[in-house]
Amino acid sequence: MGDMNEGGSTKKFLYLNRKAPYGTVYALESLEVVLIAAAFEQDVSLAFIDDGVYQIIQGQDTTGIGMKNFSPTFNALGDYDINKLYVEKESLDERGLTEDDLMPLVYEDEDDDWAEKPSIRVVSRAEMADLMQDQDVILSF
Amino acid sequence: MKFGILVNEGPYQHQASDSAYQFARAALEKGHEVTRVFFYHDGVYNGTSYSVPPLDDRQVTKQWSELAKEHDVDLVLCVAACQRRGMMDDGEAERHGKGANNVAEGFRISGLGQLIETGIQSDRLVTFGD
Repeated sequence: MGDMNEGGSTKKFLYLNRKAPYGTVYALESLEVVLIAAAFEQDVSLAFIDDGVYQIIQGQDTTGIGMKNFSPTFNALGDYDINKLYVEKESLDERGLTEDDLMPLVYEDEDDDWAEKPSIRVVSRAEMADLMQDQDVILSF
Repeated sequence: MKFGILVNEGPYQHQASDSAYQFARAALEKGHEVTRVFFYHDGVYNGTSYSVPPLDDRQVTKQWSELAKEHDVDLVLCVAACQRRGMMDDGEAERHGKGANNVAEGFRISGLGQLIETGIQSDRLVTFGD
């Protein structure tokens, strides 16, 4: 993939997830972009706001709607060195959710003897705005 | 400035493709560069050669094809999105045992890596969609 990353530059990419996991295909296809992006050695973060927070809640069961439950894929992100998942607190609050409702997503920190650490960071709306301000590329799905 | 464009919605159902097209035209007229337009989700339907809209309506696919020809803009349809939605070039049609090529002139099918590459190489990546 070397020639795809012309000049070897690294940019900060933020994948902004705003939609519920089912009902439309945006969430699933967003995750597909994230998995491809992992191969490009960019600085990747994910953010979950609005109904997007439902994408990473625990105990998803899609048997009643005939859709594939793709939430287990989020567990694999740590293995792709994608370990910055920001969740907006206000979006959780507005939906009666707390951090305990979210999947316990973790990664192994190679700089700390592969200690298992949480990937999810709950941030305020103001902090989310700062995070967005700090990015080079935001892909909003 | 180098612009990359991402179109996430299909034609006619949604104005995203029209807005993206008008943005691309305006940017080019101002002397900017539009390196690539990447079509994702239902956006890949913007590249179908089988669209025959009423003649008094705008010709979305044809407009993009003409833009590509005039300004050498790279129009890329996401292969994974195309496979779900029945968009095939010759190679894809043969690979999947389907009959026809329905990719309009000026468009090509390629991978999501092209979207990431556009993000890396453009000064701005502008998304059109919900």
